[in-house]
Amino acid sequence: MLNRYPLWKNLLIMFVLVFGVIYAAPNLYPEDYALQVSGTRGIYQTDAALMARIEKKLKREKIDFKSSELTTKNGLIRFADGDLQLKAKRVVTELLGDNYVVALNLAPTTPQWLEDIGAGPMKLGLDLRGGVHFLLEVDMVVAVKSRLDVYVSEIKTKLRTEVLRYKAVERGADGSIAVKFSTEDVRDKAKSFIRDEYPEFLVTAEERKGNFYVAVTLTEASIQDIEDYAIKQNLTTLRNRVNELGVAEPLVQRQGRNRIVVQLPGIQDAAEAKRILGKTANLQFRLEAKPGESRTKTEVFTFRSEEGRSATIEKDIIVSGANVSNARASFDENGSPQVNITLDSSGGQLMVRTTGDSVGRRMAVLFIEHKTRTAYVKVDGIKVAKKIKYQEKKIISLATIQSVLGNEFRITGLDGPGESTELALLLRAGALAAPIYFVEERTVGPSLGAENIAMGLTSVQIGFALVLLFMLFYYRVFGLLANIALLINLVLLTAVMSLLSATLTLPGIAGIVLTVGMAVDANVLIFARIKEELANGLPPQSAISAGFDRAFTTILDANITTLIAAVILFSMGTGPVKGFAITLSVGIITSMFTAIMVTRALVNLSYGGRQLKTLSI
Amino acid sequence: MNVDKKIINFMGARKIALAFSALLLIISIGAMAINGLKFGLDFTGGSLVEVHYQEDANSNEIRRELQAAGFNNVVVQTFGSSKDILIRLQEAHDPELGNKVLQVLKANADQQIELRRNEFVGSVVGEELREQGGLGMLLALFMIMVYVTFRFQLKFSVGAVIALAHDVIIVLGFFAVLRLEFDLTVLAAILAVIGYSLNDTIVVSDRIRENFRKLRKETPIEVMNISLTQTLSRTIVTSLTTLLVLVILAVFGGQMIFGFAVALLVGVVVGTYSSIYVAANALLIMGICKEDLIIPPKQDYEFVEGEGFETDGYEGEDQDEEPDVKS
Repeated sequence: MLNRYPLWKNLLIMFVLVFGVIYAAPNLYPEDYALQVSGTRGIYQTDAALMARIEKKLKREKIDFKSSELTTKNGLIRFADGDLQLKAKRVVTELLGDNYVVALNLAPTTPQWLEDIGAGPMKLGLDLRGGVHFLLEVDMVVAVKSRLDVYVSEIKTKLRTEVLRYKAVERGADGSIAVKFSTEDVRDKAKSFIRDEYPEFLVTAEERKGNFYVAVTLTEASIQDIEDYAIKQNLTTLRNRVNELGVAEPLVQRQGRNRIVVQLPGIQDAAEAKRILGKTANLQFRLEAKPGESRTKTEVFTFRSEEGRSATIEKDIIVSGANVSNARASFDENGSPQVNITLDSSGGQLMVRTTGDSVGRRMAVLFIEHKTRTAYVKVDGIKVAKKIKYQEKKIISLATIQSVLGNEFRITGLDGPGESTELALLLRAGALAAPIYFVEERTVGPSLGAENIAMGLTSVQIGFALVLLFMLFYYRVFGLLANIALLINLVLLTAVMSLLSATLTLPGIAGIVLTVGMAVDANVLIFARIKEELANGLPPQSAISAGFDRAFTTILDANITTLIAAVILFSMGTGPVKGFAITLSVGIITSMFTAIMVTRALVNLSYGGRQLKTLSI
Repeated sequence: MNVDKKIINFMGARKIALAFSALLLIISIGAMAINGLKFGLDFTGGSLVEVHYQEDANSNEIRRELQAAGFNNVVVQTFGSSKDILIRLQEAHDPELGNKVLQVLKANADQQIELRRNEFVGSVVGEELREQGGLGMLLALFMIMVYVTFRFQLKFSVGAVIALAHDVIIVLGFFAVLRLEFDLTVLAAILAVIGYSLNDTIVVSDRIRENFRKLRKETPIEVMNISLTQTLSRTIVTSLTTLLVLVILAVFGGQMIFGFAVALLVGVVVGTYSSIYVAANALLIMGICKEDLIIPPKQDYEFVEGEGFETDGYEGEDQDEEPDVKS
């Protein structure tokens, strides 16, 4: 018998090989030190004119740059080294002011034709490039509660408009709302009315101590909706705030049900980053209390800008920050500063309803900040640090309602553009639906990152070299063929990782090293089997064929079980461990291909098709 | 197949191996019960700061400085070199603490300090991770058991899982005895150990199954010995290459993955041993015999056919399996 692969198999292997080399190639191009310029908001465009301004300025300052280019989202200026990059950052930041974000970046130098086919280098994890990692938790209890607050006010208003007289609206501890009526008749009408108006509620009728109640509770699905919304709104707000920090490739991503991961590569000052990200806030729009209104229905708050000044406002909330979709500072026809506010549709309806009969009264905007302070409490005689959450509520605006307000309205009569910008900023910040807390924080310095890369690479190189030597020594020509396959495996692994834009972490590198050690296993299994068959007296060609065929199921079983462990690791792991799971999984798959198919093809090419007396194995 | 090679009497030492394994397990479980695992920041929550000094730093002095500044529950240690200092604040639940420590250090030092790492993990996150880690390990063992039962047979799957549990417990025990830090990368390493050890066990089991069907006269113990001898060279070569890269990783990989490399090193050694002695031993104890592996034809025809090519000569069957391999 003669061992030959059919043409299509050889072509398939060639194709995979070429594919691997092409998609792994971007990792060979070194990264450039670069500045990334982008506008803080849509109106600030990065265009050719802007780039020309920057180039002119850099030339005047005698800062050499390699190139400047414009992508769809931002501008990129490349430099030869880190010193020039830092110098240029100061200059460009000064030139462009606050409307643009100038971020330090490492720009890939992947050639255009490679980029066109979707190839790019692997991303490096924070443990390799340095930066800050945060894990934030969204307080869902508060998210649901504040939404219920809005519902309570809404239900009251609607019942009044429908002339369905209620005695009281009570909040249950379990998150339910009970509306109290004096007659069964009105209660039943109200029940069907509420059921029609709010499909997201479970509405039931109850009777307690001669009073008639409509009890409403949120359905599981609508609680989930509120949570999703809270996460989304937080994500948007966090992304905006991250932009303030000037990070080139930030990651802001949901993790699990109620957490958000924020990764800021290149950032060193974690405290500053946290200050900006952690400014959690909420808003409430409420009417100012009428003179002489009952104390039980009003509250007194001070102004944020003037500590001494205070105002009495109603307890009922018209809309909250959750309904605010946008707020921006601008100027009116006469050039006076103003803030334009946009509400979502339900917020708009509520605003119309409330302000309809309140023209001439004043409306206050309350700014609520969630803060934490650490207090030490004694538990069993031992002092324990305890985080205490508290709220700070301040009035940021008190303005007279000039006409019925709807979806869009504006606050005018502000002292200057400074005040309008500040107010718009606060309104936007307050649009955050639910408070967030930091539950994890990791900062990796740039020197540690560089060191990790260096150590990782050294390990890969030495480990790889030793395995190659060992295989060559132990299996001679077959060892050489296995080594070629192992090399191809490394290329394919890199290609797949790059194509998936998987993040390479330090444990990920460890995974590669481990893969190198374990990938030879399949070849060892095959070779051991061939040796055995030879010892059993089979002629070389038959022994080769038998060795490959019989080892196949063993290799498959052994690798699938390892893959199961790797997949479980991936699904439960976070950050670095995920990186390990990815390289391990990808490594198992690519190594099976190279150890079985590629080695076989190589063996067929060198030994197949001719009569053999002995094998160099 | 003629078994004319010298057969090593592995199973002759099976009682000694059983005692040895039992001893290791008792030590491991004992150490975990007495010492407990020294969980790292990932699992306990708390703060950790690593700084790099230009010149050698005095950890005692740093401890004193921090105590003077009001930090009482601090562990100050060198990390890798005497220029790198690691400060742990285990009981702290304040994300600001790391920054405060850094300020104190900067204020007191007469040389430049460079921040290497500053980590804070909330206690809830750590707790969740511990729970998830344990669950993940159990899930991995269960899934593997299901797969092995499906591909082999229940007794093999029980043997494999006993071997895996054996390996995991001993690696955990190793960490407990030496009080090495158990962090997230070590957990990852243990899952990799599960994968590796299983790999080994499957290769051995595969051969045991094959030989049980092929060799008609031999006793189960002889079948085990023959199978283990046949797979021995492969076991040694694979373990060697893997150990080789792991030693490199432990030596050159740096402090951050040292625990990972150590866990895998121990795991690979124990895993190799367990696939020879634990899995095979467990099979013998459960009374594995030919009847377990020869499936009565009425059960499932297709399955029997598929399995059949293993027992028969390969020449004819090969062509059915992969006709395009030969010219």
